[in-house]
Amino acid sequence: MPAPIRLRELIRTIRTARTQAEEREMIQKECAAIRSSFREEDNTYRCRNVAKLLYMHMLGYPAHFGQLECLKLIASQKFTDKRIGYLGAMLLLDERQDVHLLMTNCIKNDLNHSTQYVQGLALCTLGCMGSSEMCRDLAGEVEKLLKTSNSYLRKKAALCAVHVIRKVPELMEMFLPATKNLLSEKNHGVLHTSVVLLTEMCERSPDMLLHFRKLVPQLVRILKNLIMSGYSPEHDVSGISDPFLQVRILRLLRILGRSDDDSSEAMNDILAQVATNTETSKNVGNAILYETVLTIMDIKSESGLRVLAINILGRFLLNNDKNIRYVALTSLLKTVQTDHNAVQRHRSTIVDCLKDLDVSIKRRAMELSFALVNGNNIRGMMKELLYFLDSCDPEFKADCASGVFLAAEKYAPSKRWHIDTIMRVLTTAGSYVRDDSVPNLIQLITNSVEMHAYTVQRLYKALLDDISQQPLVQVSSWCIGEYGDLLVSGQCEEEEPIQVTEDEVLDVLEGLLVSNLSAPVTRGYSLTAIMKLSTRFSSVNRIKKVVSIYGSSIDVELQQRAVEYNALFKKYDHMRPALLERMPIMEKTASNGPTEIVQTNGETEPSVPDTKHLPLVTQPANQANDLLDLLGGNDVVPVIQTTLPTKPASAGGELLDLLGDLSLSGGPAPAPSVPVSKPPFLLDGLSSQPLFNDISAAIPPMTAYSKNGLKIEFTFERANPNPNIAVITIHATNTTEADMTEFVFQAAVPKTFQLQLLSPSSNIVPALNQGSVTQVIRVLNPQKQQLRMRVKLTYTHKGSPVQDLAEVNNFPPQSWQ
Amino acid sequence: MMHFLLLFSRQGKLRLQKWFTPIPEREKKKIVRDMTTMVLGRKPRSCNFLHWKDLKIVYKKYASLYFCCGLDAEENELLALEVLHRYVELLDKYFGNVCELDIIFNFEKAYFILDEFLLGGEVQETSKQVVSRSIEASDMLQETMEEYMSKPAF
Repeated sequence: MPAPIRLRELIRTIRTARTQAEEREMIQKECAAIRSSFREEDNTYRCRNVAKLLYMHMLGYPAHFGQLECLKLIASQKFTDKRIGYLGAMLLLDERQDVHLLMTNCIKNDLNHSTQYVQGLALCTLGCMGSSEMCRDLAGEVEKLLKTSNSYLRKKAALCAVHVIRKVPELMEMFLPATKNLLSEKNHGVLHTSVVLLTEMCERSPDMLLHFRKLVPQLVRILKNLIMSGYSPEHDVSGISDPFLQVRILRLLRILGRSDDDSSEAMNDILAQVATNTETSKNVGNAILYETVLTIMDIKSESGLRVLAINILGRFLLNNDKNIRYVALTSLLKTVQTDHNAVQRHRSTIVDCLKDLDVSIKRRAMELSFALVNGNNIRGMMKELLYFLDSCDPEFKADCASGVFLAAEKYAPSKRWHIDTIMRVLTTAGSYVRDDSVPNLIQLITNSVEMHAYTVQRLYKALLDDISQQPLVQVSSWCIGEYGDLLVSGQCEEEEPIQVTEDEVLDVLEGLLVSNLSAPVTRGYSLTAIMKLSTRFSSVNRIKKVVSIYGSSIDVELQQRAVEYNALFKKYDHMRPALLERMPIMEKTASNGPTEIVQTNGETEPSVPDTKHLPLVTQPANQANDLLDLLGGNDVVPVIQTTLPTKPASAGGELLDLLGDLSLSGGPAPAPSVPVSKPPFLLDGLSSQPLFNDISAAIPPMTAYSKNGLKIEFTFERANPNPNIAVITIHATNTTEADMTEFVFQAAVPKTFQLQLLSPSSNIVPALNQGSVTQVIRVLNPQKQQLRMRVKLTYTHKGSPVQDLAEVNNFPPQSWQ
Repeated sequence: MMHFLLLFSRQGKLRLQKWFTPIPEREKKKIVRDMTTMVLGRKPRSCNFLHWKDLKIVYKKYASLYFCCGLDAEENELLALEVLHRYVELLDKYFGNVCELDIIFNFEKAYFILDEFLLGGEVQETSKQVVSRSIEASDMLQETMEEYMSKPAF
């Protein structure tokens, strides 16, 4: 059998292959030859064959059939065999292979070999890829070698011990005695590896940490010698003596000084010395400074030293070397929480880094900039950050936009500024904004009451420019739906109001519905906005038409909405104004709650996201089942009539005034507090509801109010069978010669009562007693307290609005006893 | 500690791979692919540091070879650059004006030198001379064997 070809020969041959296929062919041929050679158990050429196999393995070809051969090589007496064998073991074998364990014995023997280079090979292999079992078996040998005086072996043994500890932490104790005088070594190799070993032990065990704290003075001395000693050719790197050792010592000092005042005190001087004396012209000096800064920031150093450290980082930021700038930004990010003021001083440099060409640096600068924003610098910082948002890569935009929103929310100097900032983000990075920002922004806009006109105007203008960015479009359509009346009436104070007609606005919203750019969610927003405008605009017919068209939309969501809105137009037009009225100020916590659904005749209300619907809708008395779902609230919500576009939530204040004396906890309660569960009182009152009852007929009627020609009479009946409920019918008559139109009757009762107002018969009280308006009030009086009521009347008489408040105290005793 | 050290060419061909943690073969291949893609995709004047999973990746280009290592998050990146540089210096001393071809044809020597410089992912010797002397001595041991065998080992 001819001798197998030499390694270099093979490499040369394979490199001549012009295609992948050709190379594969060569490799396969050679593998076959190697395999047959292995089968023949040829000792002479085993080494050569394994070497070739390792080369082919590096090219990506399978080499598992050589694993056992590596073991044979390791077991051989020849140094060359061992060298290749161990290399093969490190490349081809790892913990998962079974043959791995077979190495243990060989390694053990080699650890005790007479030649230090063989021992070195064994230590190296064990320290690189020894499994836990192997480590357990051989820890004793390693420990022995750790105590040898041979520095070549000692340094390798130290790192091997590190590996053993990493694999089997319980064995750490075993190496403790051997560490006794490791630091008194002169040999830098041993010193370095010893520091690594000590670091590993201190990081893993608090006891070890305590034990080794006493080494701090020694470490400080060694470091001092390194800095002060003259040129040492053996360890010099660009004028610095053994930077690797210096950095490792600094790191160990960091671990030892952390949360310990005495140790920190002991290293203060040396740290200051290193920080000020290290040559910074080359990377190596900066590497040491970097480690020094990290140590200073982590231990309990005095403030002067900390400021020195931050200033070093500040200088790093100005360095031409990108790596150093990157490292500075990363470190500043770590310290910005604890040393905020010191880092603030370097703010302008950090902001400049936003313009850096390097992606990693830009990202760090952005994170750091957001961390530095506070109430004082918000305007300036935001300018820079918005500029950054404009020009940065798409990968940054989402994070930057979120950061801007967060910062604006925390530190906005004025509402106008806040809205402007949001507008800017939406228009420049609108498509990258996170989905959850849309509801947050809507809430913010709602709560900035005085800015509504300005906001809707700006959003409208933005929509005219660009309808492709969905979050922007969603927020804009919501606002237009909500505040469209402000838009067309040109009420903007903050800037020049634009002239826009209702039709133009509807054109824009309808445009969104048909545009291909609009997402389904956006279409939903748009349709709801159009619907809402039906109570704010006068072109109701146009809106009706749009809504009816979408009743047959393929999009199920749109279809459902349109069908419901259609129903609202057709059957429940009297409810429409109340349903579509202005949103109240939203509580921040409540706005994340589930959408409240109020049943109205089995239909759900148009569920605009994250809103609560305030006014509760009353039912005609014969809609029995639906009454079950309404009300039941604990506070009496003076139920507002549905025949008028009702006042916005701020009207709650008025009602509070109305009820003040009655010490009602009044005010329109936020709707989510209204449970959908059925209170007994309504249930009881429902079954058969004779409006008149023999028993209650005995209660005499009373005049509750009589003024300016308007007279309101109360007639009573007891709801059967619940005697706690008084059913009062009001009769409103008008003795004047002009009709009273838009008549609204409102009532409030003290806390211990509950009140329900049903729909009035009409809202025009005809003149000259030609007719009356009747309305049913149901009062629950479980505590049988004296019934008192406060009423508020509003109507239009002879063209002018009239409003009056009155207290009704003259209830006949039978009505509440 | 260093988790791995890779050397690859501008075309993405692997010239050396040293792993200091046990990783399955398939995953090693994936890491190599990821590293080559990431590093070769970097713009020319970017900084030498990257993030990948929870490791810091430090790389440096020397002529046509990329030296790429993966470090724990608490390692000093600037010092890692010095480590890579030291390794190149050692190779240079050994081969005399080292180039990629040297490493291709003498890959096993490159490994031997590395094994005298790093062990278990940490630096074992900070003196260039000591490392060089160890390599020379080991080589002598090998040659002695070869003379004894009166034929080249491989």
